[in-house]
Amino acid sequence: ASTLVLAEHENGSIKAQTVSAVVAAKSLSEDNSVSLLLAGSGQSLKDAAKHAASCHPSVSQVLVADSDKFEYPIAEPWAKLVQMIQQSGEYSHIVSASSSFGKNVLPRAAALLDVSPITDVIEISSSSQFVRPIYAGNALCTVRYTGANPCMLTIRPTSFPIPPSSADSKCNEAPISEVDLSTLDEDYLGKSRYVGHTSQDAERPDLGSARVVVTGGRGLKSAENFKMVEKLAEKLGAAVGATRAAVDAGFVPNDLQVGQTGKIVAPELYLAFGVSGAIQHIAGMRDSKVIVAVNRDADAPIFQVADYGLVGDLFEVIPELIEKIPEKK
Amino acid sequence: MKIMVAIKRVVDYAVKIRVKPDKTGVETNNVKMSMNPFCEIALEEALKIREAGLASEVVAVSMGPPQCVDTLRTGLAMGADRGIHVEATTGLYPLNVAKIFKRLVELENPGLIFLGKQAIDDDCNQTGQMVAGLLRWPQATFASKVVLDKEKQVATVEREVDGGLETLSLDLPAVITTDLRLNQPRYATLPNIMKAKSKVIKKYTPQELNVDIRSDLEVVQVIEPPKRKAGVIVSSVDELIDKLKNEAHVI
Repeated sequence: ASTLVLAEHENGSIKAQTVSAVVAAKSLSEDNSVSLLLAGSGQSLKDAAKHAASCHPSVSQVLVADSDKFEYPIAEPWAKLVQMIQQSGEYSHIVSASSSFGKNVLPRAAALLDVSPITDVIEISSSSQFVRPIYAGNALCTVRYTGANPCMLTIRPTSFPIPPSSADSKCNEAPISEVDLSTLDEDYLGKSRYVGHTSQDAERPDLGSARVVVTGGRGLKSAENFKMVEKLAEKLGAAVGATRAAVDAGFVPNDLQVGQTGKIVAPELYLAFGVSGAIQHIAGMRDSKVIVAVNRDADAPIFQVADYGLVGDLFEVIPELIEKIPEKK
Repeated sequence: MKIMVAIKRVVDYAVKIRVKPDKTGVETNNVKMSMNPFCEIALEEALKIREAGLASEVVAVSMGPPQCVDTLRTGLAMGADRGIHVEATTGLYPLNVAKIFKRLVELENPGLIFLGKQAIDDDCNQTGQMVAGLLRWPQATFASKVVLDKEKQVATVEREVDGGLETLSLDLPAVITTDLRLNQPRYATLPNIMKAKSKVIKKYTPQELNVDIRSDLEVVQVIEPPKRKAGVIVSSVDELIDKLKNEAHVI
């Protein structure tokens, strides 16, 4: 077997979710050779390629597509690139993280290659059999891929954790080679153009990979009150999350939403304040190791999944926690 | 300009689903079915564009069993001008749907296509991207804002991506998939429900459209997820901190 992993990079480094995709690719079969595909331009791409070469011992090759077309992660040239590489590479599998990038690009590439992709894989049973959640995680579906190569997957990064040892193993640096892009030109590629990007506060840990997540729900009542959650998160060195209700009410921006249609998280510690526990929200955090829920309503469904529940007024509990919780080490 | 909107009939979002005992799927008999919420948002956006005078017609398309006509009627009652039903009794995967949709686009020549970003039953999040790929059209997925410039034939779309919002500019024709915060879908009023009864729904089969419905996927089993066992209720912040420190060892 041979697998192509679509890599995401930022500021010259490979993103953690891409390394999770490599971990997933490795588990497809014993003798799998994994190629990482990076696209971008300039120095940040070169740095990312260097990082890619040693980001995980399973990476056997790094392919680099260097072009202005890839300055931003646009689906049209990316999908075309994947199709082009598959035609010369004949990979058995093509994998990406099920991030907003992977979900945008991989199905389009699959259509060009005339295969059915499989979204949000959480378990790899064999090289052609996979488990994925359906109905917002209320059922688990095992699917078998019976089509021709390539079998295309997006994987949930939280289900394929990166072993701590793989980060520092510099022993085998995979060779880096440039992709020939001379046949990439097609006039339709210019029909979608990047205009801009607004990003949120980058000082806090990333919600998708944080060790601790503190989430607020509708119970916070206002954007002003939500700052208490942020203060507690700061004390814990945690990422901040929110329910759909809190986002819709305008307390916080959309990219903090945890749930089936937002971010899927699985931190070591998940603290939920004023969160009722709608199915869609639980689907996004149920794999957390330890769940704490604080809610005034003792019947709130969130208590059914919480390891530790505290029935009480969060406007008293949060300040007390901020005061009493030990400083992070 | 004509706008096409895909709408899917799914188990109503408020229904607590049940996995069938024989593990072949989720029970859909005697269960309330509705239009996929993301498709409602897609249709609403198309209707708003038509009402702003930027489009002349909104065509709603649904694929699947005969009951999809009910879902199409809901769409017509919301305000779509006419419907197309592609009747298929076997299950359709996103690649099948995308191929059928491509054929319909060739027949209808729309300037813009809206689809929901995903269906709340299979949660695939694929069809819009695949339609765009097959047509070689530009795509903007997970849209939270759409601004149309009729003169320039350009759509400016704000997208919900990891870590913020991204803005793309697309030349029409284009495919846009809709996210939760794009708009608030309208309810169908009684007079509009009555009016919808006389609107036209054209019927096709995949065979008539010359689309081969083969499948490269097979469902092996559908099961319930493992239950998380409920934990303990603590009585104070001090007890909570003590448990987190000395029992769970997470702080």
